[in-house]
Amino acid sequence: MTYLLANGPAVWRLSVQHMEIAGLSCLLAILIAFPLGVLLSRVRWLTGPVLGTAGIFYTIPSLALFALLIPILGLGMKPTVLALVLYSQLTLIRNTAVGISEVDPALVEAARGMGMTGVQRFWRVEMPLAVPVVLAGVRTATAMAIGLTTIAAYIGAGGLGVLIFQGISTAHTDQVLAGALVVSAIALVADLVLALLQRALGSVTGVRAWAS
Amino acid sequence: MSCSSPTIAITLDRVSKVYPGGHVAVRDVTLNIQTGEVLVLVGTSGSGKTTTMKMINRLVEPTSGSIRVGGEDISKINPIQLRRSIGYVIQEIGLFPHMTVAKNIALVPSLKGWPKPRQNERVAELLELVGLPPDQYAKKHPHQLSGGQKQRVGVARALAGDPDILLMDEPFGALDPITRGQLHEEFLKLQRRLRKTIVFVTHDMLEAIRLAERIAVMDGGVLEQVGTPREVLAHPATRRVADLVGADATLKLLGLCTVEQALEALGAESPDALGPVIRSGDSLKDALLTMVACGRASLPVVNVDGTLRGRVTLQGLQTALAGQEKDRRPQGAARGQGTHA
Ligand SMILES: Nc1ncnc2c1ncn2[C@@H]1O[C@H](COP(=O)(O)OP(=O)(O)OP(=O)(O)O)[C@@H](O)[C@H]1O
Ligand SMILES: [Mg+2]
Repeated sequence: MTYLLANGPAVWRLSVQHMEIAGLSCLLAILIAFPLGVLLSRVRWLTGPVLGTAGIFYTIPSLALFALLIPILGLGMKPTVLALVLYSQLTLIRNTAVGISEVDPALVEAARGMGMTGVQRFWRVEMPLAVPVVLAGVRTATAMAIGLTTIAAYIGAGGLGVLIFQGISTAHTDQVLAGALVVSAIALVADLVLALLQRALGSVTGVRAWAS
Repeated sequence: MSCSSPTIAITLDRVSKVYPGGHVAVRDVTLNIQTGEVLVLVGTSGSGKTTTMKMINRLVEPTSGSIRVGGEDISKINPIQLRRSIGYVIQEIGLFPHMTVAKNIALVPSLKGWPKPRQNERVAELLELVGLPPDQYAKKHPHQLSGGQKQRVGVARALAGDPDILLMDEPFGALDPITRGQLHEEFLKLQRRLRKTIVFVTHDMLEAIRLAERIAVMDGGVLEQVGTPREVLAHPATRRVADLVGADATLKLLGLCTVEQALEALGAESPDALGPVIRSGDSLKDALLTMVACGRASLPVVNVDGTLRGRVTLQGLQTALAGQEKDRRPQGAARGQGTHA
């Protein structure tokens, strides 16, 4: 605590950087995963190959993945963001695909029977009903990105990992603790915000929020 | 009961549907549905009722044969346009849980591009029509409604685009008998006003008898018989139809006649003023049950106001029943229509 008070501005700067990296990664990850998830819900046989590939990235240890990307993208933010995007694909794609596929077929048929086009059906029926599941995926991916960003300090991305690694090498336990505490706080707040969003969208759409 | 000069709204011409895998769900069905009539497709589970219905709005494409709606071959009509012009109530209601009642009802009008104020007007009008006060129900979500209320919204939604044709797949299937009876009454009242062409699917023969102007009996994908409820009850065309009609066909048939139709003048003996009586508007089924219950072979018949009208006897019931069956013989021509047994 005393460490946080004494180093307020520095901690703040690192926190902002941490959130930037995690946030940017999540955003890019969603932009890639969402269309892929929709595609899988339409073209079922792609599920195996796509999720299999995403699963491989998911299982590579994070430090190893960072290290592998350095020769290609150098040090810093670029390899970090790419690694985080790769990591979250499995969760995001799977939740999007599952969320859409699990919409009650009777409702999809009702939509068809009333004369909705494919596009209308997607935006007016399937997507709103899939939102709770899709957002559950986003919550998991966000928590993971915030955590992994810490490790990315190792390859010079910045963020709160800097505090922790410095603390470890200089044997300043309070510094390590402070870094970990702030990371957890950011993760908690992010999750809370997303949970509220999920609830709000769920009640707007009349769908029970996905339990998670 | 139908109009004096019946025009054909929907024609199925030797329609078959074979699902992938080779299952023949509908086999060579030919059927004319008249404008403004309620035609009820009845049959056991898996007999092909839903498949037959879904071919009319092209949710299912026939394997062979052709279907005409309003004289036009539907394979030449854009399916989206076709579906917007036909009201559809599906087997599981299918209200969208993420939309309010109003949004659900306004769906087809909004797809058709009606201006907002007209949509809102339509929603209020339809909620009124199905007996749900708009100010109370328009803003609710489906999960806040009872089963019966959902069904009403389902019907309102199907009517929203003002279609001439309504397809209803077991719309009252999941309701308790009392609510169901209520909705039947309202359905008939509504239909007297709107005169839509309605294809109604059910597996319940009693519901079919209640609502149908004509019943089309299906079994194993084959259309076994088409006729008025009385024709089907009195003269089942095949064994399968007889099975479906059930051993109590006579009772169901009596349920379709009123005491009025078997009314006799009072005999010499004066009626027991304190004993059971039956009203002239009650059904012959009620009369029979009352007779059996109190061990009499005849009952005094009274008017609604309680004044004595005449009597009804067991003998008279038999005569009425025989008359029912005989009466219908000449009209039996309609019975053969479309059968393929
Ligand atoms: N999409 C499908 N693919 C393959 N077979 C199907 C399909 N839909 C229906 N069938 C089969 O076709 C037959 C007729 O089905 P249909 O749904 O028309 O029956 P139904 O009379 O409406 O029955 P229910 O009263 O149970 O609703 C059944 O044997 C069913 O298993
Ligand atoms: Mg069915």
